[in-house]
Amino acid sequence: MKLRHSTTSGNDKIELQMTPMIDIVFQLLVFFIMTFKIVSQEGDFNIKMPLAAPAQGTPDELQVETMRVRLEADGTGRLARMSLNDRVLSPLQFDDAGSWVNPDLLRGEIVALIGTDRGPGSIQENAEVELDCDFGLNYAHVIEAITAVSGYVGDDDTVIKLVEKIKFAPPRPVSGG
Amino acid sequence: MRIKNKQDSGILEGDLTPMIDMTFQLIAFFMVLINFTQSEQNEKVKLPSSVLAKPAKAPIEFPITLHLTEDATVVVGGQETSIGGIGPFLIREKNVLEIQGKTTDDATVVIRAHRVAATGRVQELIKACQENSFEKFALRAKEDVGNN
Repeated sequence: MKLRHSTTSGNDKIELQMTPMIDIVFQLLVFFIMTFKIVSQEGDFNIKMPLAAPAQGTPDELQVETMRVRLEADGTGRLARMSLNDRVLSPLQFDDAGSWVNPDLLRGEIVALIGTDRGPGSIQENAEVELDCDFGLNYAHVIEAITAVSGYVGDDDTVIKLVEKIKFAPPRPVSGG
Repeated sequence: MRIKNKQDSGILEGDLTPMIDMTFQLIAFFMVLINFTQSEQNEKVKLPSSVLAKPAKAPIEFPITLHLTEDATVVVGGQETSIGGIGPFLIREKNVLEIQGKTTDDATVVIRAHRVAATGRVQELIKACQENSFEKFALRAKEDVGNN
């Protein structure tokens, strides 16, 4: 019987087939690139709005009158006029995209009303803002107004809170008046 | 001077290691950043932006997400309906809460409204929720990192 002579020697290298691995790796890469989507961070403004109006109890000493922010829209839904407790705030400035760019106008008035005292039991803690908006007003302006009354970003990127209690006035009719 | 002899018989083999290294790094990068939370978003809704809209530190315990598009269509659970038509959905959510031993006070209605949606429509949506005993709302906005 003829025995096959083994030809293996210690110097032979085992060559891995790289092609299938690279194929798969590239397929994975293409998959992840195609499904990749940059998503910006989102945050919430919390509002608590029970359907029935709260019962009128004994007014707290620190209870400040609800500040009423009126937002009026033009025919296109853009913010046309803003008033705080029936006092018109002007001038409203907008950028090219239609965003309201001078929230200091409203914020300054709010700070003047609630003061700079912070902490438990302060006026700031009890302050409440009611937003009274035209029906057709662009929702972005409501968020801008909520941002202006809620607080601002300080120099060291910390959020300084102002009014935390925000509610909506009953909806206005479709005509906007 | 000694001249090196060229060997024509050898096959040119590029070194694949750096390329594979980079490719694996790219895959790892995209894997880490892939976003699986598409269900909470809707392409029709472009949120308004706000500098104060920071991501919540803790997730909302029982969120009910309602998308309101520019044309006042409500998208809820992947289905489109009108503002007046979300009643059955809210009742269903209320039943789910009851089964879990909770009340509507424990739930938060997350409203993701389009930036140019009419405010009156948002208020109608809030009212529809209030009529079903939901009273905690979260108005969602996109974080504006551009300027203060």
